[in-house]
Amino acid sequence: MRTHSSRRLLGALAVLATLSLTATACGSDGSNAGTGGAPKDVAAALEKGGKVTVWAWEPTLKKVAADFEKKYPNVDVELVNAGTGDKQYTALQNAIAAGSGAPDVAQIEYYALGQFAIGKTVEDLSPYGAAKYGTSFTPGPWNAVTEGEAIFALPMDSGPMAFFYNKKVFDKHGVKVPTTWDEYVEAARTLHKADPKIFITNDTGDAGATTSLIWQAGGRPYKTDGTNVTVDFGDEGTRKYTATWQKLLDEKLVAPISSWSDAWYKGLADGSLATLSIGAWMPANLSSGVASASGDWRVAPLPQWTKGDKASAENGGSSLAVPKAAKNKELAYAFTEFATTGTGATSRVTEGAFPATRADLESKAFLDKPFPYFGGQQANRVFAESARNVGEDWSYLPFQVYANSIFNDTVGKAYVSPTKLDDGLKNWQDASVKYGNDQGFTVNE
Amino acid sequence: MTTSMTTAAAESTPDPHEPRAAGTPAAPHRARPAATRDRKRLPHTPLNPRRSVPLTLLTGLVLVYTLLPLAWLVINATKSQRGLLDSFGLWFADDFNLWDNITRTLTYDDGVFVRWLLNTLLYVAAGAGGATVLAVLGGYALAKYDFPGRKAVFAVVIGAVAVPGTALAVPTFLMFSNMGLTNTPWAVIIPSLISPFGLYLMWVFAAEAVPTELLEAARIDGSGELRTFFTIALPLLVPGTVTVLLFSMVATWNNYFLPLIMIKDPDWYPLTLGLNAWNAQAQTAGGEAVFDLIVTGSLLTIVPIVAVFLLLQRYWQSGLAAGSVKE
Repeated sequence: MRTHSSRRLLGALAVLATLSLTATACGSDGSNAGTGGAPKDVAAALEKGGKVTVWAWEPTLKKVAADFEKKYPNVDVELVNAGTGDKQYTALQNAIAAGSGAPDVAQIEYYALGQFAIGKTVEDLSPYGAAKYGTSFTPGPWNAVTEGEAIFALPMDSGPMAFFYNKKVFDKHGVKVPTTWDEYVEAARTLHKADPKIFITNDTGDAGATTSLIWQAGGRPYKTDGTNVTVDFGDEGTRKYTATWQKLLDEKLVAPISSWSDAWYKGLADGSLATLSIGAWMPANLSSGVASASGDWRVAPLPQWTKGDKASAENGGSSLAVPKAAKNKELAYAFTEFATTGTGATSRVTEGAFPATRADLESKAFLDKPFPYFGGQQANRVFAESARNVGEDWSYLPFQVYANSIFNDTVGKAYVSPTKLDDGLKNWQDASVKYGNDQGFTVNE
Repeated sequence: MTTSMTTAAAESTPDPHEPRAAGTPAAPHRARPAATRDRKRLPHTPLNPRRSVPLTLLTGLVLVYTLLPLAWLVINATKSQRGLLDSFGLWFADDFNLWDNITRTLTYDDGVFVRWLLNTLLYVAAGAGGATVLAVLGGYALAKYDFPGRKAVFAVVIGAVAVPGTALAVPTFLMFSNMGLTNTPWAVIIPSLISPFGLYLMWVFAAEAVPTELLEAARIDGSGELRTFFTIALPLLVPGTVTVLLFSMVATWNNYFLPLIMIKDPDWYPLTLGLNAWNAQAQTAGGEAVFDLIVTGSLLTIVPIVAVFLLLQRYWQSGLAAGSVKE
C-alpha cells in the first residue's frame, strides 16, 4: 500500500472539514418564547388536549398517567424513562442545550432541582396556580422546591429517613436495637465480632447518605442566597457525624459494598448487612429485590446523635418540574398538579410511593397499613413520625449534581486509604468551592 | 488458522470451499491429507502441525476464560431471583426456572422485550444491511475504477476508521436534534449506515478477489458496468460481503452509546438499552428489582448473534484473512 504524506495531509484536512461541518450544526439556542400562563389557561389547555411528554423513572407514575388520560380524553401522556438520576439530568441538559427534544415534564430529585432552578431552565409554577399548595405538602419537600415566591417544581414523594434492621440477626446475637449512634457503633462491634461475615451496614462513600446524616446531626454545610453560596464542612453537626463514622471506618465495621449493587441485594437477603439508614421509600425495594428476607426486617426511628432526641432528615425524594423548553406548559402543569396532589397523589401512595402530601401522610388508612414484609408492623407510623422531625433549613448546592459526582474522588478516599473523613470532606469542600466559582457563583467569599 | 490461510491463498481464484456464489456446483471437500493415516513418517507441515503441550494448555485456558461468562449466563438464566442471590454463581440452584424466566421476560411490562427485540432487528436489518450494501458498492468502485480524488477518498476513509464512533456521537446528536430526527429510528439507522472499516475492507478485498482482466473481458464482450458488477464481480465478492455484514451486524446489535444518546422513547429502544433500563430499576427508589429477567434477557439477546456466528463462521474466517497474503 503506497501512501504519500501530502495525500495524508489532504485526507486529514478532509476529515477536519467534515468534523467542523458537523460542529457548526450545533449552534442554536434553546430558549423558548412564552411566559407563565394562568389557571384558566391550564383549564383551557386540558379542554383542548394534546400530548405531554414526561421524563420520569418513578414507577407509580404509570397508573397516574393512565388515570389522567381517562379523565381528560383529549390528552395523551407519553411516559418516558430517560434514565435514572444524573443520567436523566445529563440527557435533560443536553436536550435543553440542543434546543429540541426536551420533555414537557421532568422528574428531578430535590438535591438536583437547585441546578435547574438557578439555571432558569425550569418554569416558575406559581403563576399557574401552584402557590395554593403551600400548605398541602410537608415542609421538607416544599422547602426544597421553593425559593422565595418562586415554585420550581411540585413535590412528588419524600424520603424521611428511618432505621431498617434485620431483626433475625439482632435477635440471634442478642443485640439491642440502637437508639443512639454510639449504641450503633457498639452494635456494629458486637455483631461483627460474633460473626465476622456480619456488618452493621454497607458504605463505600455515598454523597446522598453522608449529607443526609450530617443533616440529621444538625450540620448545615450549604447555604445559598441567589448566587452567593457557602460551603462549610467544619460545623458542629458535621463533626459529630465524622467522629462517629470515622470509628466505623477505622475498625472496618462497614462492608465495602456499594448500595444498589447486586452484592448489596445479596447482603440484605442473607443477613450479612444488618441495617440500613435510608429513606422511607425503601420498603418497595426490599419487598421486590430482597423478597427472600421477608419477615426478617423491621423499622425503627433513626439512632440519635443526642440521647432522647427525635431528629431526622430526608434522604432522596423527587419532584416534577416543567422545563422552560416544554412545548405545552399549561398542559404540562396540569399533569404535574394531577400527579402530585389530590387523588393522583393518593393513588401513587397506594402503589407504594412515600407521600409528600400532608393529607396522605396523616390519613388513618396510611398509618394503619400493616407491612407483611416487616412482620405486620405498621411501618408508616415510624416514617410519618420521621417526616415530622426532619431538621429545618437544609439546602443543597445549586450545583449539587456535579458536587456529588466528585464525592468519590475526595471523600471516597477515606474509605480506601488512611485519609481521614474530615480531610476528605475538606477536599470535597475545596473542590466544590473551586467549581462553584468557576461557574460564576460567589462561593465562600 | 490453517484453514484460513489456505482459503486466503485461494482467494484470487474462485474458492473451492465456497458453495454456490462463484456459480459453480458445490465442490467436494478436499481429500484428507495422507498425513492423518500415518503421522509419524511425514514431516511437520502447516497441514500436519507439531503438537505442543504448553500451547494446547494455553489455548485451553483461553477457551475456558472465554466460555466462562457464557456458562455463567446460561446457568444463571435458570435461577429465580431468590436463587440468583442465594446460590453459588457457577452452579445450578435447586429449582429450574429457565422456561418460566423466558416466559416472564417476554411478557414483563406488556411484552416490551419483544418490542425491543423487533427494534433491534430493524436497526440491524436496515443499518447493518445498508452499511454492507454501501461498503460493497463503494469498495468495488474504489478498487476497480480510476477517478480523480480516489486517493483523497482513501485518506478520508482511513482517517474515519481512526475516529471512534463514540467521539462523533455527541456532534451527531446535536445535528440530528436540529433536524428533528432524534427519538426516531432514523437516528440509529442513518449513522449505522456509515462503516469506514467495512468500506476499507471491501476495497482491499475487491482489489484482490476480482481480477481486472475478468472485468476487461466482460467489457469486451459488451457487458454494461452494472451487469458486470452484478453477474461477475458480486459473486466473487461474497466472502468479503459476508464478513462486512457480520462486522456491522455485531456492531449494530451491540450498539449502546449511539441509541443511548439518540433515543429517549422506550418504544424505540434496542435490547441493549432496554436491558440497561431494567437494570436501572433495581437502583431506583421504589423500583422493582428484576435481576432474573435481566439475566434471562441477556441470554436471549445473545442467542441470535451466536447463531449467526456459527452459521457464517467460515466466511468470517476467510474474510478476516483477506489481504493477508500478497500475490
